[in-house]
Amino acid sequence: MSAVSTSPLLRRGGSPLAAGRRRRYMNPYLAGFGLGLVLLASFLIMGRGLGATAASGSVTAWAVGLVAPDWVATNPGLKGYYAEPPWVNWTFYLIVGAFVGALVSALLARRMQLRVERGPHIGVRARLALAFAGGALAAVGAKLAKGCTSGQALTGGSQLNAGSWVFMLSVFAGAYALAYFVRRQWR
Amino acid sequence: MTLPLYAYDLISESQGLVIALGLGFGFGWFLERAGFASARRLTAQFYLYDMSVLKVMFTAIVTAAVGLWLAAAAGWLDLSMVYVTPTSLGAQFAGGLLLGVGFIIGGYCPGTSVTASATGSGDGAVYLGGFIAGLLVYAVAFPQLELWANANSVGELTLPQVFGIPYGATVLALVILAALMFAGAEWTERRFSDLRPGAR
Repeated sequence: MSAVSTSPLLRRGGSPLAAGRRRRYMNPYLAGFGLGLVLLASFLIMGRGLGATAASGSVTAWAVGLVAPDWVATNPGLKGYYAEPPWVNWTFYLIVGAFVGALVSALLARRMQLRVERGPHIGVRARLALAFAGGALAAVGAKLAKGCTSGQALTGGSQLNAGSWVFMLSVFAGAYALAYFVRRQWR
Repeated sequence: MTLPLYAYDLISESQGLVIALGLGFGFGWFLERAGFASARRLTAQFYLYDMSVLKVMFTAIVTAAVGLWLAAAAGWLDLSMVYVTPTSLGAQFAGGLLLGVGFIIGGYCPGTSVTASATGSGDGAVYLGGFIAGLLVYAVAFPQLELWANANSVGELTLPQVFGIPYGATVLALVILAALMFAGAEWTERRFSDLRPGAR
């Protein structure tokens, strides 16, 4: 029964729109072409690419700044995000847009569903603990590399940015190297 | 030459924010359409039976790379006005490894955890929480790492500069490389199709 991808407890959750048949995913080459056109439009209109890390950074710096403004303003890891609050930050609007875009797409394709996604051999709590740990590790990686799969791999990749290509190869290397050890989480 | 529009003051800062919402919408839309709100779909890349991550990523990269080159060659776009992240090889190598490890452990990269959360994924939302916690830990515990990464920056560095070959030739090489990788990805999916959950 490896088709169990969601917790039985949570599987029946989600919006009423989740009922009915789910649509198939888009052809990956077509989806990639669409994504590439969005990225190209960002370059041509705004003179910058896409990114997902800076929005979280902006929210984090703003929230910490409510408590310790002097510390944030001088901290090397956060001060870059502290120049402006999220509601005038370009990357924040980009990510709000991405949230809405994914939401609308999932609603139309009947893929909205409250779930904790996992393979059949791992419990909900262990899966959530690993999701948290993975997010934290990725944050340190994205900070070090000045970008993530969006800001470095996609954006810098298409700009033929040398550092972005090193980053991209090492993302694949890191994930492939560890995949065997966490396989029971997924399969 | 009037592109990028923003650099030529053809759009205001607040119009830029509205455009960000629209670009973001397209970004999230295509990620979700590709199935990238699902951790198992994403991580399948690393178990070889579903290479969608590679296919989507490299199709997007090639599309934007060819478009950028065409727009610049036609004289419509001033490439020097497009922001390029400075290269710091050691930091980008180490950061990439960490992000890759976070990807296979957590199931997402930062962008796809947003699309997952938007579609009701609890694990996606927890990954996002972990991401913010990680930013805080980094800020509190490793300020010297940020200084190290910045100190070793070599500024803007592109592959045509590294290899000493023209821009257009590098884009052509990228297109050929991507075509070979797509052929390899299709072969790999067939070869390892029995690893797909439920295949046996």
